Amino acid sequence: MTDISVGLDPRATLLHVDDLHVEFRTRDGVAKAVNGASFYLNPGETLAILGESGCGKSVTAQAVMGILDSPPGHVTGGRVLYRGVDLLQLAEKDRRQFRANRIAMIFQDALSALNPVYTVGFQLAELFRKHRGMSRAAAKVKAIELLDQVRIPAAKERINDYPHQFSGGMRQRVMIAMALALDPEVLIADEPTTALDVTVQAQIMGLLAELQHQRNMGLILITHDMGVVADVADRISVMYAGKIVEEAPVYDIYARPAHPYTKALLESIPRLDHKGRELNVIRGLPPSLTDIPQGCAFHPRCGYARDICRMDQEPPAYQIAAHRIARCHFIREVLGV
Amino acid sequence: MFRYIVRRLLQMVLTFFGATFIVYALMFAVQDDPIQALVGERPITASQRAALTERYHLGDNFFAQYWYYMKGLLTGDFGTSMTNRKVADMLADAWPVTLRLSLMAIVIAATIAILAGVVSAIRRGSIFDNATLVVTLIVLAMPIVVIAPLAQLVFGIKLGWFPVTAGKDASLWQLLLPAGVLASLVVATELRVTRASVAENLRADYVRTARAKGLTGARVIGVHVLRNSLIPVITLIGVDLGALMSGAIVTEKVFNIPGVGFNLFRGIRTEDGPLVVGFVSVLVIVFLVVNLIVDLLYAALDPRIRYE
Amino acid sequence: MSDTKSRSLSSDAWHDLRRNKIFWIASVLVVVVLLMAAWPSLFTSADPRDCVLSRKHAGATGGAIFGYDFQGCDVYAKTVYGARYSIVVGVFATLISGVIGLGFGLAAGFFGGWLDAVLSRFIDVMLGIPLLLGAIVLAKRLSADPASNGVFAVTVTLGLLGWTTAARVMRSSVIAAKNQDYVAAARMLGAGNSRLLFRHILPNSMASFIVVLTILLGINIASEATLSFLGIGLKGDAISWGIAISDATGYVRVAAGPLIWPSLFLAATVLAFIMLGDAVRDAFDPKLR
Repeated sequence: MTDISVGLDPRATLLHVDDLHVEFRTRDGVAKAVNGASFYLNPGETLAILGESGCGKSVTAQAVMGILDSPPGHVTGGRVLYRGVDLLQLAEKDRRQFRANRIAMIFQDALSALNPVYTVGFQLAELFRKHRGMSRAAAKVKAIELLDQVRIPAAKERINDYPHQFSGGMRQRVMIAMALALDPEVLIADEPTTALDVTVQAQIMGLLAELQHQRNMGLILITHDMGVVADVADRISVMYAGKIVEEAPVYDIYARPAHPYTKALLESIPRLDHKGRELNVIRGLPPSLTDIPQGCAFHPRCGYARDICRMDQEPPAYQIAAHRIARCHFIREVLGV
Repeated sequence: MFRYIVRRLLQMVLTFFGATFIVYALMFAVQDDPIQALVGERPITASQRAALTERYHLGDNFFAQYWYYMKGLLTGDFGTSMTNRKVADMLADAWPVTLRLSLMAIVIAATIAILAGVVSAIRRGSIFDNATLVVTLIVLAMPIVVIAPLAQLVFGIKLGWFPVTAGKDASLWQLLLPAGVLASLVVATELRVTRASVAENLRADYVRTARAKGLTGARVIGVHVLRNSLIPVITLIGVDLGALMSGAIVTEKVFNIPGVGFNLFRGIRTEDGPLVVGFVSVLVIVFLVVNLIVDLLYAALDPRIRYE
Repeated sequence: MSDTKSRSLSSDAWHDLRRNKIFWIASVLVVVVLLMAAWPSLFTSADPRDCVLSRKHAGATGGAIFGYDFQGCDVYAKTVYGARYSIVVGVFATLISGVIGLGFGLAAGFFGGWLDAVLSRFIDVMLGIPLLLGAIVLAKRLSADPASNGVFAVTVTLGLLGWTTAARVMRSSVIAAKNQDYVAAARMLGAGNSRLLFRHILPNSMASFIVVLTILLGINIASEATLSFLGIGLKGDAISWGIAISDATGYVRVAAGPLIWPSLFLAATVLAFIMLGDAVRDAFDPKLR
């Protein structure tokens, strides 16, 4: 096993994604899924990446993990710095050592994300056997411990069950156990609760938050659900057409969004105190990734758009305050100052 | 699992009686003179006629006839050939070499199909994939009556790489060419199913999970994808057996291997009706039993069915 | 996006097919075989039944470009005339199977319920008998008359035994079509059973059905040759590639031509129909690619 700690700088940012570009080359043309996404993550912190489906948030996560389907997916630019080391420059053999060990991921639909023909015990123990060189027996003990940690009742017996024998919530707990098995420093959760009932959603989010605090782990929460984000996230990055359009601490963004898209997203949440009022929905559809509008990609759907938004140059990242960025020419108007 | 087995067994009993009934009906029903049909054009004496009538209970009504026939099949009495040999004895002589031949064919076909199918699926659209596609198409279209004599002519006689015929106590080496010929009957379908199934599984979410776990590419494919992909391939073995049986009749004739197929061929050629009926009945039963086993194997391989 | 006109599935499929090399190769082969079956004299002026023993295994001369077989017959002429019997048996057996499969599949798929259960069981039972084994028994029964040339017996045998796949495909595509919204809408608007079947369900189920029949045609031609090879297929004055191959295997050390040529023609014919079916299926079902 190669020593993966070589070259890591403990003082550097835990995870820093810088100007990431990803495209999918298909027969029908090139889809630009990620167009210069940048964000960072510190230990113990929760960053939510928020956006509609197809905005590139899942693709970004997969590119960070290095598990893009390729072909057709290709990372065409940018850096993914883990403690100062650019993962994109590593050979696949070295890169593999980061997965599960340093950066782990949980997926939306645990039923399809778990292999249907192996027991959950096998799929958990596999991590210890392949990464830690443990024996089957020792790996099984660790697997039971993990299931206990994510509070699956009767872990000893359930270790021999297959994924389809678990309920949705329990299956997502298995996924979490699997992701945390090797004590990663970064956990990427891609819509971890979308497929679950509302009550189960809260349990799973609670469990995730608890485990995160215990381990001082950085968590990237990918979601389209602004409700989930408000409770758990420290910072939010809003993604549109493969680009982070606004980045802010969670309180600020809810109080005063700086980007028209964020504002529209917030206004489209049903609220009890607005009962009876008509819900604001964002008009139009997200752009086709093969044909992203010039200038600001959001301009065709934006109420603030003027000629400058349709120009070749996209709006730069305006610094609003410390840790606050928005890519819009009319921040002041949106903020209402 | 238990309910699945019971259900499959019940279905199998129905299929068993249905299939044997059809075979029997095809043989004896709606026939002016079933005895003449049994013996073909050869002249027949009154005593032979009486013996056959008694043997097949042709004096009774049709369902009683079927009942006696089934009783015989289930007690291992498959009748007596026109050469006065017991069909059961002939089968006992013939089956070992046929079994060896078909097992070799199954192993050859499965090895090629799985290896090439997996590579094709991983490198979809590559030269290898396209070449495989064309080759399988050609092999798929080669009837056994074309491939067996031509393989013997080219690889046995012209090139001299393999023995031309196999004979009674054939060695594995002598059986290799005929086994390859038999394998060609099923390899194309198996390969295509493997390719389609691996390609489909490669896109599955659990593959992404396996890669996110930092497993090597070989383990992702060899352990996670293959186990899922082979389930539909295994179920093919049952269907393939039918093709192998048909193929064995021609192959054993061409390569002079005195197995089950060879005997059946001779029975057809010498118009030995009792022999043909006996052999075909036994083969149909074997086919049904193997298909039942495959069904149960399927359940063992796929936990989603096992715990239904 | 210049092509704004929405294309239907069939015109899309045709668009794909036209660019598929395999489709064109198969089509040309099929046309040649059909011509050969209809007008063999276009391809040879020799009489395949004009056999002179003194020419036994003679080499290629004049029109007999493939030489002569063990009875002194012109191998080329015999091979050309063999196409007719293959095609006749194959086409009519496929038609019989098609009619039975259509009836079974439509009835089981459209009416469902206990009828579907019974018919599906029956199909399972039929699938319990390997095709060739069933054919051996049935063909032997049907060809009991020593004077016949076996064409009728083999055609009926293959037709009666080969319909199961066609029936299954028809059944599942009828069930799929039945559950389409537009069929439910038509039903609500008061369309009767026969109107639903012939106007809405059948047209949408035909593509896969025809593909299966095309491939079955190839399989039937191969099965006819195999049965003839075994001695329970065509016989008497019928000319069959299967018989020619069977005869030639006995003399293959002396003369390989009489084995090779009918084998190649047979393989090419079967290949043509299977390729054609494959190409059309790929065009209609792009996700299989």
